[in-house]
Amino acid sequence: MTADASIPALESDIAIPDDVKDNVFITNISKLLDPVYNWSRRNSVWPMVFGLACCAIEMICTASSRYDLARFGMEVFRATPRQSDLMIVSGTVTKKMVPTIIRLYNQMPEPRYVLSMGACANGGGPFKEGYNVVDGIDKFLPVDVYVPGCPPTPQALIHGLISLQEKIDQQSLATVPWYRKNGIGTEIVPIPVLGPDLVDIRQLDLIRAEAKKVTEAEAA
Amino acid sequence: MSETEMVMEAGDAPVVYASPPEEALADLKERFPDIRDDDRPDYSGVIVEADQLLAVAMALREELGFNYLSSVTGVDLIKDNKLEVVYHVYSIEKGGGPVVLKVQIDRDNPVVPSLTPYWPGADFQEREIWDLFGIKFDGHPDLRRILMWEEFQGFPMRKDWREAFYEEDNKPFGSRWPGGDVIRAEELNRYGKNVTYPDGWIPTGEEYEVETDMYGEVAVQRDETPGLKTDKVTVNMGPQHPSTHGVFRMVVTLDGETIVALKPVMGYLHRNHEKIGERNTFIQNIPYTDRLDYLSSMSNNHGYVLAVEKLLDIEPPERAEWIRILMVELTRIVNHAWALGFLLNDIGALQTPMLYLYIERELILDFFEAAAGSRMMCNYMRFGGLAFDLPERVREQPTMAYLNELVYERLPTAMAEFERLITGNEIAKARMQGVGYLSAEDAIAYSAAGPLLRASGVAYDVRRAQPYSYYDQLDFNVAVRYNGDIYDRYLVRVDEIYESIKIIKQVLPHLEATEGQPIMTGKPQYAVRVNGGEVYSRVENPKGELGYYVTAQRRASNPDRYHIRAPSFINLTAMEKMSIGHKVADLVAILGSIDIVLGEVDR
Repeated sequence: MTADASIPALESDIAIPDDVKDNVFITNISKLLDPVYNWSRRNSVWPMVFGLACCAIEMICTASSRYDLARFGMEVFRATPRQSDLMIVSGTVTKKMVPTIIRLYNQMPEPRYVLSMGACANGGGPFKEGYNVVDGIDKFLPVDVYVPGCPPTPQALIHGLISLQEKIDQQSLATVPWYRKNGIGTEIVPIPVLGPDLVDIRQLDLIRAEAKKVTEAEAA
Repeated sequence: MSETEMVMEAGDAPVVYASPPEEALADLKERFPDIRDDDRPDYSGVIVEADQLLAVAMALREELGFNYLSSVTGVDLIKDNKLEVVYHVYSIEKGGGPVVLKVQIDRDNPVVPSLTPYWPGADFQEREIWDLFGIKFDGHPDLRRILMWEEFQGFPMRKDWREAFYEEDNKPFGSRWPGGDVIRAEELNRYGKNVTYPDGWIPTGEEYEVETDMYGEVAVQRDETPGLKTDKVTVNMGPQHPSTHGVFRMVVTLDGETIVALKPVMGYLHRNHEKIGERNTFIQNIPYTDRLDYLSSMSNNHGYVLAVEKLLDIEPPERAEWIRILMVELTRIVNHAWALGFLLNDIGALQTPMLYLYIERELILDFFEAAAGSRMMCNYMRFGGLAFDLPERVREQPTMAYLNELVYERLPTAMAEFERLITGNEIAKARMQGVGYLSAEDAIAYSAAGPLLRASGVAYDVRRAQPYSYYDQLDFNVAVRYNGDIYDRYLVRVDEIYESIKIIKQVLPHLEATEGQPIMTGKPQYAVRVNGGEVYSRVENPKGELGYYVTAQRRASNPDRYHIRAPSFINLTAMEKMSIGHKVADLVAILGSIDIVLGEVDR
């Protein structure tokens, strides 16, 4: 650990004897804890077994022998959200499916990350105008990494996962939201409802206001 | 032994032999003087009155031998204020073309008698038409929405139904040209999302407190009979489940561990392929077909370009045909490798068999990538030919050397090793033999296709029954097995891999002989205009019979109706029949043996 360049030494006035100089470094507790905490988390990101569409096939390929996700400590795909750290939204998010996705996300314990894989999850992709398609999972969930492609190649997905590791590296115990009261990004996302069309609970007031406009216009 | 004899031996196939479709149609017209020819130019088939449909269909099946109801399609004829249901009925024994029946009904009160009680294969297809077109099927045992949810408003495939992001009827959108302006649909929508609500609809907020509704009834049924009391429990599998091959859901009623009822629930990947396809120009649909059965994009391309080539009245040059067959058969190997791996995954041989065939699959994908530019979504075929010729080199090897090595060395060795490990394996046999039985009669009645049909002893393969491309010049056998269980479906897939290798070996010399010849008929065209009319084109996909029903007006650049007969979707109809009486652990194995891909089930 001492040789790890990612742990910055603290500049200090304490004199270190010459004979142990190479084996000792002086730091403070937060600068030591953050890299250790992040180093262990970045190398054991457990994704959820959660395939939606075509992208899921490339996700399986990424996990298989040729591309070997085990190199990043990410080969442990968990079938339950309770044990996973990462949700790879791999494919088209449909209106019928989105309540389930949100429910799964809510069941994941903190710290949790969302990787949006492929054009459909990023913004609807080629199916954007469809009547049963959600135009991007980021309309509902906070997304950490977007991977473009239709479908992204395994290389692209690995690049996205490395980007996620870089993001984890930059987090600090002092500021991560999941140890804070009402931390941003840790709240439960309200599960949308399937009414005459997909109803986002957060938009209920807007929907009522729009309905009122229509009825008033008719009355006039 | 001829194919017909094989069928006769395997099950109680109908004794009546089918006559060709023209004769059958003439016969039908004699029996039912009310039916009339579809006289629109370049349309085929006959128009039947709704109240006669049952009688006509039964005469067709029982007396004329057309026993395979392949496809049921809804069409919106908004100009005539009518809705239409199109039935394509084939004969398993004789092969050849379909008898096409059409029922036209009033758009305001569309009711058609249901064929489901007689032809269970129509079950899901009729539910889909009810869901998307709002045509009621009188006598259907369970007419609910299938792809959308129950509360959804309107029938989205009707021509006058507009989506939230609707711009214009036809692509490319005039509003964006000239200049190629980018329009963010979200900014034009008042909710900032792809949603729209009925005018004046006000959510009360109360209806959302019970959110278990969408999960169906997770219920316990009390047993009231005297004696030992056992409860039946309803369990939901999916839509998020590692063994449902995607976002598929089954509502299973269990007595102990035994399955007593099963209802598949789908639509979690319903991407509105057909609605989008009817707005796209013809060529824009090719990349969309890749995403139907996303494991076998080349085969999907093939079916679609064959359909549109019929509308255009062109044929691809010789080299293009041979390359197409090469690609399609390689796709079959890729798909079956995946299907076998997943089937074994589902019965507990976790990942190891999958990884064995995975190596060869990757080699084929590398070839696809070199040829088409993409591993999975190849978008390789064009009307009248191909997008590109074969690449010069694949993985630093000359292409032909690469293909020869693949076909003569790698694939046979890999298959031999795979078979040595699995085919005689006692555990695999114990899990697969005798499970998920489907008789030949049922397979035909349920409109099963592909390996599911052939494992039940019905030697029906579109490549033989109604040959397309150059398949009539190739020597290969139709893989058929007779026990109708999971093990036979496994064996059929293994056999088909060998047959595909055999076909590719015959194709390779032709590729060498046609080196340098054109791969397109005429110039590559981007804005094709078709002759108009109606076409139904089907190919033998790895999963089964994939059909494209396309209609267009004369000189049109967009299809009027674009429907896909998806084999995975229709094969699922037989799922309940196969599962009842088995243990819940066998359920995933039975599902794995059907080999579904959700992109195609839900489209």
